[in-house]
Amino acid sequence: MLNIGGLSKGIVIDHIKAGGAMEIYSYLNLEKLDCSVAIIKNAKSSKMGKKDIIKIDGELDIDLNILGVLDNNITINIIDDGKIIGKGNLELPEMVTNIIKCKNPRCITSIEQELPHTFKLTNREKNVYRCIYCEQQFKGN
Amino acid sequence: MKHIISPLDLSVSELEEVLCLAEEIIKEPKKYSDVCHGKKLATLFYEPSTRTRLSFEAAMLNLGGSVLGFSSADSSSAAKGESVADTIRVISSYADICAMRHPKEGAPMVASKYSRIPVINAGDGGHNHPTQTLTDLLTIKNLKGHLNNLTIGLCGDLKFGRTVHSLINALVRYENVTFIMISPDELKIPAYLREEVLEANHIKFKEVRVLEEVLPDLDLLYMTRVQKERFFNEEDYIRLKDSFILDAKKMELAKKDMLVLHPLPRVNEISTDVDDDPRAVYFKQAEFGVYVRMALIMKLLEVA
Repeated sequence: MLNIGGLSKGIVIDHIKAGGAMEIYSYLNLEKLDCSVAIIKNAKSSKMGKKDIIKIDGELDIDLNILGVLDNNITINIIDDGKIIGKGNLELPEMVTNIIKCKNPRCITSIEQELPHTFKLTNREKNVYRCIYCEQQFKGN
Repeated sequence: MKHIISPLDLSVSELEEVLCLAEEIIKEPKKYSDVCHGKKLATLFYEPSTRTRLSFEAAMLNLGGSVLGFSSADSSSAAKGESVADTIRVISSYADICAMRHPKEGAPMVASKYSRIPVINAGDGGHNHPTQTLTDLLTIKNLKGHLNNLTIGLCGDLKFGRTVHSLINALVRYENVTFIMISPDELKIPAYLREEVLEANHIKFKEVRVLEEVLPDLDLLYMTRVQKERFFNEEDYIRLKDSFILDAKKMELAKKDMLVLHPLPRVNEISTDVDDDPRAVYFKQAEFGVYVRMALIMKLLEVA
């Protein structure tokens, strides 16, 4: 098993669907961070079989709940002084704007590029987000 | 200021007010012939539609108001690339209320966010068509006397047919309504309607493929056209368009007081030999469309 050192202060984004880490990396603009970032792909998971993990050494000023829109299995561990000080599942936001895009070719957003892509949470249990314009369900990337 | 983008933008009590006002107008149209004097309706039609546009225009003219607008995207500034948001900002200075039809889903909602006048969705792609729903509800209420305790057959294109989706959304708010969906497998209602509207509201419904076997159970039958413009591919259209046709022989199986509704235009899904049957109310339904639009315009302009 590949070993990645522990963090003294930072964030571990765990239980990312296997193969999904790069999308999260790109969405969070982690390439612009000055601190160390480790991406672990296809780590063994008792719950998921395989999973991806991202470890970020340092503080990240962003609402991580938005990650739940991309992948609702994700969990976050906040590390300080080498210990987990916060842990848990993500709270899905009621509305998200310009995080995910509507792919319905019949939606007004398909021809008016400047419109914000806004989605509303219509079913919290099933993690269903719908475009506010055409009501098409977001089906993941 | 209120906009009507989805049929659910009116609460059950607001809907009741609009339907009651429409019934008052039916009884005494002259009383309302000048209530919108000096008001202008803009009809912004980005795709062709004869009856909806003329129905809106007739409604406003019947109320003593005036109309202006365009009837295709080619004859509007959309052809030059103007956004819906910019168009409505400008139209807000020219008119007091507008009705918008657009081939893209959600366009009237975008308009409502930037508009200074009430926006009525006159059909956005395969999505919503709230004034057709109001027309359907007025037809049922006026001819049946109630909107609850009904077994309603929905036949034809239930996948892309926006009138069907809107009607289901509106009718699930009434008690003891049962739906019987009659369509080929390819044109069944979308899963989200089944799960999030019908099942979530514990509405009784069943899906069948043969019209004749359920006809005797229905209080009303809502027929729909298989619309060519909703298909990406012509082969699918040709294969499915004649699937479900109602004719005089099949009407013999139906209850004596079953109503046949259709949002029109009809292609061949209702044979012309049904037209003289007193249960065929689709042309009456088109007439009710004008009255209900009159009532809606009055409510939105706050002249009622």
